[in-house]
Amino acid sequence: MKAHLTRRYKFSASHRLHSPDFSPEENREMYGKCNNPYGHGHNYKVEVTVSGKPDLETGMVCNLADLDGFVNRVVMPKFEFSDLNELDTFRNLVPTTENLSRELFHLFRQEFRSAQVEKIRIEETMMNSFEYAGGWELGPAAVPQRAQG
Amino acid sequence: MVYLTRKAEFSASHFYHNPKLSPEENQRIFGKCNNPHGHGHNYTLEVTVAGEVDERSGFVMDLKKLKDLMNREVIDALDHRHLNKEVPEFRDKIPTTENLAIAIWNRLAGKLNGAKLHRVRLYETDDLFVDVYGEP
Repeated sequence: MKAHLTRRYKFSASHRLHSPDFSPEENREMYGKCNNPYGHGHNYKVEVTVSGKPDLETGMVCNLADLDGFVNRVVMPKFEFSDLNELDTFRNLVPTTENLSRELFHLFRQEFRSAQVEKIRIEETMMNSFEYAGGWELGPAAVPQRAQG
Repeated sequence: MVYLTRKAEFSASHFYHNPKLSPEENQRIFGKCNNPHGHGHNYTLEVTVAGEVDERSGFVMDLKKLKDLMNREVIDALDHRHLNKEVPEFRDKIPTTENLAIAIWNRLAGKLNGAKLHRVRLYETDDLFVDVYGEP
């Protein structure tokens, strides 16, 4: 039977929401406090969901040591205590948490090979969260199967 | 369709070891979890059932019946138990969170009196949980 395993991580980073497509006034109106030129920060909580049938030899969908290792080696050095706006990823992309979810999903999909990454969920604060599953609708059976490959 | 979730907690011990592998392989794959003396967790279980709301009762399912079922099939069998040594599913299977969530699904499926078992979510810690939807 298929199982969906979710591991939770956290990192702190700063960002400023500002789009060159809008005038300064429009930016202030659209992003409000988040447009403050000095930026501000969040403690992001990131949930990574991988799915598959547990391996018969190990009972695991994914060895947590591999997933934690990837996060510590690839994800944390890039994002922990970073200014998101300074990252290459966000040179031409507003670092909203919607976009951060998509970027993290693609990073895991492209570089983490030990299991099928199904979804990224990010809590920007306790009051809001964002989920991205490669553009597919969320749901039990539908997502992982259609998101294959 | 309305989804109803009931939560329960149990504590159990386990360790990860595959007798078909060498001690070195076991240590490499399972790390600290391979300690033969075992270790324990406070598991949190969330069972979600789905169904239409009954017009007379206003229920998807009588919560007391769901609670009794979870206690009988899951909590009584797993709480304060050593999963490897006392729970039949793990005689020849490693009691990972994945396999434990699947075992709980199998213990509950088909016993819900009309409501449909939608999801079993099992937290091993605050930072690790497994969802099972009964997909093959």
